[in-house]
Amino acid sequence: MAVGTERAAASADDVWVPRPWVVRSATREIGDTVTLEIEPRDASAARPVAPGQFMMLYIFGVGEVPISVSGTGPTSGLLHTVRDVGAVTHALCNLGVGDVLGARGPFGSAWPIDEHKGCDVVIAAGGIGLAPLRPVVRHVLERRGEYDDVVVLYGSRQPDQLLYTPEFERWRAAGIQVEVTVDHADQTWDGHIGVVPTLVRHARFQVDEAAAFLCGPEVMMRFMAQELVDRGVVPERIHLSLERNMKCAVGMCGRCQLGPEFLCLDGPVFPWTRVERLMAVPEL
Amino acid sequence: MKDIGQMVAEHPFFEGLAAEHATLIAGCGGLAVYDPGAYLARAGSPAEHFFLIRHGKVALEVRPPGQDTFILDSVSAGEMMGWAWLYEPYVWQFDARAMDLVRVIEFDGACLRGKCEADPALGYDLMKRFARVMVQRFVDTRLQLMDVYGSRD
Repeated sequence: MAVGTERAAASADDVWVPRPWVVRSATREIGDTVTLEIEPRDASAARPVAPGQFMMLYIFGVGEVPISVSGTGPTSGLLHTVRDVGAVTHALCNLGVGDVLGARGPFGSAWPIDEHKGCDVVIAAGGIGLAPLRPVVRHVLERRGEYDDVVVLYGSRQPDQLLYTPEFERWRAAGIQVEVTVDHADQTWDGHIGVVPTLVRHARFQVDEAAAFLCGPEVMMRFMAQELVDRGVVPERIHLSLERNMKCAVGMCGRCQLGPEFLCLDGPVFPWTRVERLMAVPEL
Repeated sequence: MKDIGQMVAEHPFFEGLAAEHATLIAGCGGLAVYDPGAYLARAGSPAEHFFLIRHGKVALEVRPPGQDTFILDSVSAGEMMGWAWLYEPYVWQFDARAMDLVRVIEFDGACLRGKCEADPALGYDLMKRFARVMVQRFVDTRLQLMDVYGSRD
């Protein structure tokens, strides 16, 4: 796919230049995962961010990685939940309050939440995939009356790897059905055991009126989307967030290309119907 | 209160079941309640029943020698648990523990096998229902084995 004029216009701004942002708080969520609240040192560097978009976070001298926005902080800061899996994320996870990092963005497509007002909403996440979806949950919480039944289906490998668990009770208190599962557990766990798609079978929602938002390991999303379709959810109402090796974030380098799609620019949020076939191609 | 025939007919596992088959199956069933922590089945013991879960959650467990008990799967309200009664040697492979208060319809396996032998249409219907659940759990287990939450998630 050629880079069109819209894309060129989008990249004509200062999107290539990381701006200095300051860490306002760093909260260890679980063993290897930290949530950073960051604010631009110069307020003019701040841009409106929509749920689902990501920022490129830069540790000087180490490198740059795409990290989804996982919420907004108490003031004007952005929250990013980072899992320590490589050199850059390791450095990010070890930042402290007052430290400076580079940031550019936001980039990418957003969750089409407003398009589904009045619908039931299914939010399904695996592992750190809950981070890009937490803004959707918060969006729905703030506008609870605009949506019908809301279901959060979340899973991880084991109980101590579940994110944001302190927030679950608040979500439930607002009438959101929160179902949590883990792949493995000992007898101290009293929740579900099994993979995330099995939770669909326990969730209460109107399939013909539901919109679904998925994020997690790709294989989990494939099975989850299929489970939802099998249950009767309209495929066009299923949306998912894909992440590959994003580098430039503006659709120029091709590192994150999935067939004709640039995930950084056309995504990361896609309708299931647009990427279903592509996700089944091993070479991609 | 509903009778067992109604409960059987309304349980998702038996969705669409013919009325005459519901009556036959219900004749082998009874209601049971298990307190939290009670065992519905023990690995190595005779598998004489299967269960339709009406309320609560059941953990399927294994305890490897010298290690803590490990939960393999959970089965919740609206689901079926137990197929060891269908095949010789009719022995449970895993423990099944009530994770909370569990209400079930408990079916006598020998009773049901006898009715299936006598009525092949009932037997075929029942086997299709069990096969569907077995395949689904097989797929779920394969996905679980992939350990998708590795370093790439």
